[in-house]
Amino acid sequence: MRIFDTKVQHLKYKVLREVAKQAWDDTLLDNLLEIPKKIVPGNTPTMRCCVYKERAILAERVKLAMGGDKENPNVIEVIETACDECPMGGYEVTNSCRGCLAHRCEDVCRRGAISFDHNHVAHIDKSKCVDCGACAKVCPYSAIVNRKRPCENACKIKAISMNENKAAAIDNDKCIACGACVYQCPFGAITDKSYILDAIDILKKSEQNEKYKVFAVVAPSISSQFSYAKLGQVITGLKHLGFYTVIEAALGADMVAHAESKELAEKGFLTSSCCPAFVSYIEKSFPDLLPFVSHNLSPMAAIAKYIKEHEEPCKVIFIGPCTAKKGEVQKESVKPYVDVAMTFEELQALFDSRDLDITTLEEDVLDNASYFGRIFARSGGLSDAVAQGLKEHGIEDFELKALPCDGIEACRAALLKKSKNVLDANFIEGMACIGGCIGGAGCLTHGEKNKAEVDKYGMEAYEKTISSAISMLK
Amino acid sequence: MKITVCIGSSCHIKGSRQVVEQLQYSIHENNLSDKVELAGTFCMGKCQQGVCVTVDDVFYSVTPETVKDFFAEHVLAKV
Repeated sequence: MRIFDTKVQHLKYKVLREVAKQAWDDTLLDNLLEIPKKIVPGNTPTMRCCVYKERAILAERVKLAMGGDKENPNVIEVIETACDECPMGGYEVTNSCRGCLAHRCEDVCRRGAISFDHNHVAHIDKSKCVDCGACAKVCPYSAIVNRKRPCENACKIKAISMNENKAAAIDNDKCIACGACVYQCPFGAITDKSYILDAIDILKKSEQNEKYKVFAVVAPSISSQFSYAKLGQVITGLKHLGFYTVIEAALGADMVAHAESKELAEKGFLTSSCCPAFVSYIEKSFPDLLPFVSHNLSPMAAIAKYIKEHEEPCKVIFIGPCTAKKGEVQKESVKPYVDVAMTFEELQALFDSRDLDITTLEEDVLDNASYFGRIFARSGGLSDAVAQGLKEHGIEDFELKALPCDGIEACRAALLKKSKNVLDANFIEGMACIGGCIGGAGCLTHGEKNKAEVDKYGMEAYEKTISSAISMLK
Repeated sequence: MKITVCIGSSCHIKGSRQVVEQLQYSIHENNLSDKVELAGTFCMGKCQQGVCVTVDDVFYSVTPETVKDFFAEHVLAKV
């Protein structure tokens, strides 16, 4: 059974699992330097030029598994030694060019950037080329390719460039920590910092929830994850790890939908505040639009706040698909409520660090939220929930024109229009990842069926309306 | 007097919302709002016996069907 999409995720997982294992046993500091050799034993390289480079990179991964560079405020970091310095020349003619007569490439190029040598083979003049890609589209031999680094290609907000060593570099003033580059880099050279050591420390010091209770808040996208087991077994697994109980972040989403629909009707225009990468994008690239960001906490923070206010002494650990959440929990407005944010990838590592095979466990239950809170996990769900919220509030004199933006490029287009006052919508649902949270970089797997899984899980909710789900929260 | 009802997943499925709603109604009906405080909590660790309810830290197992009798016996009789 495949647990991860890629071998890069699997490698990252092996490091996390090993670090976690040592941390549970209180032997991490003694065995820290042995971990790379444990993962790459012997003398035959399996990933790089030699085992020494493999181990050097693994040592960097161990550091990231332990929280990474404390000086760097960004939760996403480049492992410079792991970066393969991929070519990034833009459009180039390859040796598939047969030197034909048609010269469609030349005809389509508006900049006159294409010339031919004595063999009639095409060449691109880089000083004239603007990377429009028209020549590549018309070549009957597909002889023109776009050499672009996967990380750069993944980063639609252009926060990645090349440093003086030709390695990838992240511009922290632009980066929104969505993790797209983390998932796309084929060499695993960009990765999210892990705070699993904090989670393990919290769980251990709770002394089986005697000193304080440890709450797991799980994102609704969990319904599309751990597909090799039942959701109920994941919940039992969390309790075996030492969590007191598990609560759906989707209940926080119900709280948000309830409050946000009211706020929207009062103000007349809002952008959503659920996706931390989207909010960060507005903060960094569209600061003029900040007044329009909903004043609600994110669903994670909303439910965590409720837990902290009602269940003291306690700690809250969020588990989701998102790398940007790791940044969100460092914000002053969220810090008091969420102690650690971790990903599904990291949860898998935690399970295995304790040798927990969740498929052998009995099924527990998870049911706090309504259908509407649960579908926040996919693009369009938040807009549906806000429409439902307006209905449940009995607000009829406000006509909702929601614009669900699927992915950061769609968000950018909507925000640009809003900044020029030509946007025909009064609610922007911004989701940085394609598909919504189910497309998050911290997911174990990404698949076509995930949206259907989320909808199915939504339908299974005991509560059918937002008001009934939140009626118990007093 | 403080009544705490579990609103965690297991009790929720067994009808803790109906229990909360009935208790709210009964408290209001008997004009006990200033004497009885109703609160919720996530999990009391006795999921098998849900819906879990405590009255001043004494544990009771309640269902939506028995909540009216529970109120009469353990709340109304004691305030």
